[in-house]
Amino acid sequence: MASLVSLRQHLPDIMETVFERNREADEKRIQEYQAVLTIQAWFRSVRVQAFIRHLHKSATIIQKHWRGHLGRAVYRVMITNLVYIMRHNYYNAMATKIQKMWRGFYVRKYVFDYYSRKRYLEGLIVKNEVVRREIEELREQKESESRRRKEIEAERKLQEYAAKHRYLLSTQVVPGIYNSPFKPHPDEMEFVLRKVKPHPPNMPKPKRDSRSGIIIPESPPLPQTEPLPPIGQKPQMFAIIQGPFRDPSEVQKQRYKPLQPTLRVATSYTSTEEARAAMKAKEWIMRVNDNIFVPFSRRDRDYEPLLHTTSKYGHLPYGSRYFRETNEGGNISTTERFQPVVSPIPVFDKLNDTYSKGTETVP
Amino acid sequence: MSTRQVLQVFEQYQKARTTFVQTVAELASRSQNIEILQNAGAMSLLRPLLLDIVPSVQQTAALALGRLANYNEDLAEAVVKADILPQLVYSLAEQNRFYKKAASFVLRAVAKHSPGLAQSVVDCGALDALVICLEEFDPGVKEAAAWALGYIARHNAELAQSVVDAGAVPLLVLCIQEPELSLKRISASALSDICKHSPELAQTVVDAGAIAHLAQMVLNPDAKLKRQVFSALSQISKHSVDLAEMVVEAEIFPAVLTCLKDQDEYVRKNVATLIREIAKHTPELSQLIVNAGGVASVVDYVGESKGNVRLPGVMMLGYVAAHSENLAMAVIVSKQGVTQLAITLAEEPEDHIQAAAAWALGQIGRHTPEHAKAVAVANVLPRLLKCYIRADASEDLQTKSKRALKNILQKCVHLPALEPLLHDAPPNILKHVVGQFSKVLPHDPAARRLFVTSGGLKKVQEIKSEPGSALHEYINTINNCFPEEIVKYYSPGYSDQLLERVEQYQAIA
Repeated sequence: MASLVSLRQHLPDIMETVFERNREADEKRIQEYQAVLTIQAWFRSVRVQAFIRHLHKSATIIQKHWRGHLGRAVYRVMITNLVYIMRHNYYNAMATKIQKMWRGFYVRKYVFDYYSRKRYLEGLIVKNEVVRREIEELREQKESESRRRKEIEAERKLQEYAAKHRYLLSTQVVPGIYNSPFKPHPDEMEFVLRKVKPHPPNMPKPKRDSRSGIIIPESPPLPQTEPLPPIGQKPQMFAIIQGPFRDPSEVQKQRYKPLQPTLRVATSYTSTEEARAAMKAKEWIMRVNDNIFVPFSRRDRDYEPLLHTTSKYGHLPYGSRYFRETNEGGNISTTERFQPVVSPIPVFDKLNDTYSKGTETVP
Repeated sequence: MSTRQVLQVFEQYQKARTTFVQTVAELASRSQNIEILQNAGAMSLLRPLLLDIVPSVQQTAALALGRLANYNEDLAEAVVKADILPQLVYSLAEQNRFYKKAASFVLRAVAKHSPGLAQSVVDCGALDALVICLEEFDPGVKEAAAWALGYIARHNAELAQSVVDAGAVPLLVLCIQEPELSLKRISASALSDICKHSPELAQTVVDAGAIAHLAQMVLNPDAKLKRQVFSALSQISKHSVDLAEMVVEAEIFPAVLTCLKDQDEYVRKNVATLIREIAKHTPELSQLIVNAGGVASVVDYVGESKGNVRLPGVMMLGYVAAHSENLAMAVIVSKQGVTQLAITLAEEPEDHIQAAAAWALGQIGRHTPEHAKAVAVANVLPRLLKCYIRADASEDLQTKSKRALKNILQKCVHLPALEPLLHDAPPNILKHVVGQFSKVLPHDPAARRLFVTSGGLKKVQEIKSEPGSALHEYINTINNCFPEEIVKYYSPGYSDQLLERVEQYQAIA
């Protein structure tokens, strides 16, 4: 109880204190609250920061590994590329070497082949020689030709001169100018003059065409005509016969020509029989064996009359009527139409022998 | 009685006219009479006679006019100014063939002198009339017309083109095929005149089928015809590769070479020109000519001819050698190819031929050391040098010989041939000579020895060169090949140095 008493005793104090304290508490509440808040915030932030730091650390680790992974991949690609490029360069260098060697070889072998070039040049020298020789030959040939032509021309001129001046030839009495008596032997020209023929007398100038200058050949000679009979002559005993007549000699020949009988007249009438007999006689002379040769297959056979030729109604006019259809009514005349004329055609025998008409000279 | 008297007057007048024109025509054929005739007014008197009623007077008047116009350009101009040409052209179509011949002669004589006169002939419409004359039956008329056409076409490309436009080419090609030699000659010359101006004109002539007919006449025995034929072929082939190939395809090749030995000088010259014109185009064409043995015959030709006739042969060798080193070698191995060129260079008095020879030699020697040696051995270098430093040499010759020297020297390693040049070459040539020595000497001990004994080294020491120039470097390179004492020994002034040393020497008492 005492305590209660004491308490009671102290109650105002206590109350005051309580009040004091409450006031104090109220006064400081906000501050404390703020402080608490700050502390809490701090604490919480520390926690969160620690967590975040943890997270960052973890993320860094993850990133580190991931980046390492990616980097290694990139690295691998780079390495491959690098190796590829290195190899490529190396191959190129080697290819260049091969190409170099090959090109060198190829050019030496085919393009700038020393030996083929040498051969070519040697061949060229030979070819040049050949061409030179050929051309030289051709030139010589031409030169000799022209020389010959000139010689011929000179010779012709000399001959012409000589022919023109043939009167300078010496005679027995008077020596010519080329045959001076004061010289031991005559000039060469003298002999030329001796050989040459004198010019023929000048012919009339050939007629030339006035435009082209071509010589017109002379027209062929006109036919020679007989001189006309003198005019005013007395008429002959006979009247002058006019007209174209045959040459008298021809007429004479015609008149006195020997008899030329036709073949028919000249032949004997029995000439066939005579000829046959003559042939038989000749054959008989030449024959060795008189027995006649008979073919062994031949037999004598009885005549067998045909069926339709032995009919009792008489035989058919076979072979005489039925081969050709005849229409007698179509003919103009009923008499025989063909007259056998055995008239000779003497013209054929007398061809080229006479000018007369055939019928007039029938013998 | 009175009729007869009247007629007699006319007869006398006609006779007088005839004698007048005949005498004038005869007088006009001598050059010394022409001026007198001109002063006497022959031109104005002849003009009315062109319209005379008597054909023979007309013809002779035309002939006399032609002779006058033929004489010189002034007279030809006088003919043009007197308005005679339209009359002639007008009557060219109508008159008989004698008149046509004479009128063509006048046209030819006028057109011959200058392009202007030829143009005035064309302006009169003469071309059509002349082309119609080409279709005439008479070869003499054709000849005269072809001649006139050729003279018109000769001057320039325009006139030639107008001749072509008038349709003359096919008819000229027909004229070539005629049997008359003179007609062939003149129409070939006309074709040559037409196609010399431009590739197009040449192509026109080729299209008319001229080549085949021309190629047929290559071996014709007539020299004058051959001249014209070869001239025409070369004028055709000079323009382009195609045309040259067409000429070659006409199979002229081995046959043409025989004409290089023809008796006629101009035939030879024209053949050489033809070969040159073909060879200049491509290496293949040159090769073809070389393979046909053309180089040997051209070399012979160069050796046998003199003066201007030589020129095409020399140029042909140059062209062939310029194409490739193989062809240049072919020229060298064709016996005396280089020698003949060297002889040409030495003995021809005219500069342009020397220049051509120098150029050809340069083309031969510029390929390889082998080529250069072949050229150098023929003792060409001193001659080229002489041509270069000669005072009266033309500019062309100087440039050509300088370039040739340079080309040859840059390839030449044949030192004995280079030695003489050390002594008398001007600095710009000396540079190349010393350069060649500096290339060879470091690798050739025997040559070094020879170089010293022949006095080359001494000469080199005497050359004054600016430090830093190419020549200086070359000299240094040469000096480096020799021991120092020898170089010093040959240096100018070394003897003075020695003497100085003698003076300074303290004699041992």
